[in-house]
Amino acid sequence: MPHDHHDHEHLSPSGHPFRADNDIPLTYWQRMEIAVRELLVEKGHLTPAEINAQIDAMDARSPADGAAVVARAWVDPEFKTRLLANASEATRAMGFDIGPLNLIAVENTAEIHNIIVCTLCSCYPRNLLGLPPDWYKTRAYRSRAVKEPRKVLREFGVELPKSTQIRVHDSTADMRYVVIPARPEGTDGLDEAALAALVTRDSMIGTGLARVPAGA
Amino acid sequence: MTDTPERRWHDMGGQDAGPVPMDGHDFALWEKRIDALMVLCGGKGLFTVDGLRRALEDMGEDAFEKYSYYERWIAATNQNLIEAGVYTLEELGQRMEDVAARGPTYGEAQGD
Repeated sequence: MPHDHHDHEHLSPSGHPFRADNDIPLTYWQRMEIAVRELLVEKGHLTPAEINAQIDAMDARSPADGAAVVARAWVDPEFKTRLLANASEATRAMGFDIGPLNLIAVENTAEIHNIIVCTLCSCYPRNLLGLPPDWYKTRAYRSRAVKEPRKVLREFGVELPKSTQIRVHDSTADMRYVVIPARPEGTDGLDEAALAALVTRDSMIGTGLARVPAGA
Repeated sequence: MTDTPERRWHDMGGQDAGPVPMDGHDFALWEKRIDALMVLCGGKGLFTVDGLRRALEDMGEDAFEKYSYYERWIAATNQNLIEAGVYTLEELGQRMEDVAARGPTYGEAQGD
């Protein structure tokens, strides 16, 4: 029997152990989440299946999606032109469900380095990169990214030449940015998939650079 | 220009602050559910992203410091749903009591 657990008090109704994070004492806000969710279902606004499907869809989004877009832009100049002109359209054409948000791609070059932030809240290209990292939502990042970006970048291990101009883009609920990092040197022979593997989440926020391939 | 008295607490750009804390966490199921409720309710027109932001901003700085991200988001979602008449404050209160009676952990109380 695959579910032959002995301590039945710690099994969920489906016969599985509860996830560790479901075992902590119930908080006030968790009670509110459960209550709100159940009321929405009972009033006919949502179904449990819809909620689960939305969680799965969000879980499926990751920086790998953005990395595929960046790699395409690196190898296909015509695509890059379309991406820079209208990132919502260009990423949709690649099959990504980026929803109603207005996505703007900005390109890093030797002369210009772009960073994104949301000083007012937590706006992020979530439909392309998945949910933002915790630091993106902190007071420290939101406050300082627009004021002393070089110092902030240094905390992320990124040191840029003085001659590089830094542009900080402040996102809003209706306008989200994604950075196309500069293509690293020594990657001429790499195919799109190998290039995508060099593109990190932080490089698409601007707080990192694309990886340099081993041996380059 | 440093004197900007019209600035509200959430308008953090350009303020002084300490080093960026780099630690993160994987989202728990209850957090993912709040994210899903927010997106789905918005998609169905039960409230707008601006309504959510108003509720979050009106919660004030104290809530920002005291509560976690998704704690604030469920509070804002709830406030918007009550304002939209989706359910009443009494219904919410009763249901939260019922939920608490199911057991002491999220796993036991979470419903379907």
